[in-house]
Amino acid sequence: MTPLEFRDPTRARELRQALDRVVSEIGRSPVAVMHVCGSHEQAIARFGLRAAFPKGLDVIMGPGCPVCVTDQPEIDEGVALARQGVRIATYGDMLRVPGTAGSLADAQAAGARIDVVYSVAQAVDLAHETDEEVVFFATGFETTAVATAAVIAAGVPVNFSVLSAHKYIPPVMEIVAEMPGTRVEGFLAAGHAATITGSRIFEPFVARHHLPVVVAGFEPLDILAALVKLTEMIRDGVAEVVNLFPRCVTPDGNRHAQELLWRVFQPIGGRWRGIAHVPNGNLRLRDEWAHVDARQRFRIDVAALWNGAPSTLVRQCICGNIMSGIASPHDCALFGNACVPDAPVGACMVSSEGTCRIWHEYGGIPELGEPTCRFCQ
Amino acid sequence: MCLGVPGLVVECDELSALVDFWGVRRRVRLDLADEPVAPGDYVLNHVGFVIRRIPAADVQTTLAMYEELVKANTGSGPVDLMAADVLGEIEAGRAGRAGGTGQ
Repeated sequence: MTPLEFRDPTRARELRQALDRVVSEIGRSPVAVMHVCGSHEQAIARFGLRAAFPKGLDVIMGPGCPVCVTDQPEIDEGVALARQGVRIATYGDMLRVPGTAGSLADAQAAGARIDVVYSVAQAVDLAHETDEEVVFFATGFETTAVATAAVIAAGVPVNFSVLSAHKYIPPVMEIVAEMPGTRVEGFLAAGHAATITGSRIFEPFVARHHLPVVVAGFEPLDILAALVKLTEMIRDGVAEVVNLFPRCVTPDGNRHAQELLWRVFQPIGGRWRGIAHVPNGNLRLRDEWAHVDARQRFRIDVAALWNGAPSTLVRQCICGNIMSGIASPHDCALFGNACVPDAPVGACMVSSEGTCRIWHEYGGIPELGEPTCRFCQ
Repeated sequence: MCLGVPGLVVECDELSALVDFWGVRRRVRLDLADEPVAPGDYVLNHVGFVIRRIPAADVQTTLAMYEELVKANTGSGPVDLMAADVLGEIEAGRAGRAGGTGQ
């Protein structure tokens, strides 16, 4: 085990006991908190932590999967470009996300050229190796957007452009906090996004909504400790920003990366799939980078895709409610039946960071009677 | 896509570093690093870019914070976890016998 694997079972047991005690001291049930990161849900599911959480604590996954919140018209733009014969490079998660009329994988099956890359840097390498136009279909939150910004700022070949569907997390927390019927009493903020933005960025949010925020890492101990701190603040009626991921997150964040991010991108309002219109929630290229903006370089004919109405199945999909924390996958009639990882109906079943996909893989909330988390027992 | 992975720097130049991720080695770019990195440093990688050099002292700070949380919420003094487990099992056994289902 390296020093960065925070998985000591003894400490995990201690933290679980502390969590039990704090939640019982709150004295009502359920206490609901939300995380906004697919990696948090993955860690919770992979280490079986849900079985170790106190019964009175609901840990809800919010709109933390960038693949899931990429709006259908944005997918449609990528599909339309691919069908127009433009070579598309994108992250693997995006391939099977259904747009209005099919996914990038469908376009690929019909002959379009789609390259899956691990990093935007590979997409640039691809453009160097060919004379064809290469469009990088850029998705992901600020943590991923800074990488796109870095390659653009460093200079890209003339046949390379970017179709940005990047999103910015802080504004959507406001939307969730203000949703009617929300039960959320505190947030776990995603440690990796906060590595870029810094923990201080959440202070205005906390002041406005009087909801505590704990910045959390992704190892089992990180998550358990963050939940102890968050429930402590709920118990005591305290609303503050607490950084429990100081090995990666500083109050001001990675200023060099922020400078690159805002030099290349500007925030604009736009729809998040299944959630709402999010003011300042989308990242688009600034005007001075119009020459690398695929929306400026190509006429993207999305209207041609929009001749069919969505299927009946799509209308039954409740991904939006799941991502807002109002419903869980078990509330969905399609989950595990008509909607499975091999044939997803909604975006949450596609990405390895989607709630439905993770629950389908790991079983959601294990009903094991006494806490028998496979990690801390 | 959105997965930050910590790793150990094996070698590096100004532009990129070779990083060991639990046995898998990969070259990652340093454009976004918040401070200079050197072999032996731990870094956080995201989609092929270092976004943070992880100072060893901060790892210790994290562990100390967790210690505090435990101390504050599990009563004063050290907790004997083994004892708690044994007591729990005795309790469970008693409940089993009371219900007539003991072995």
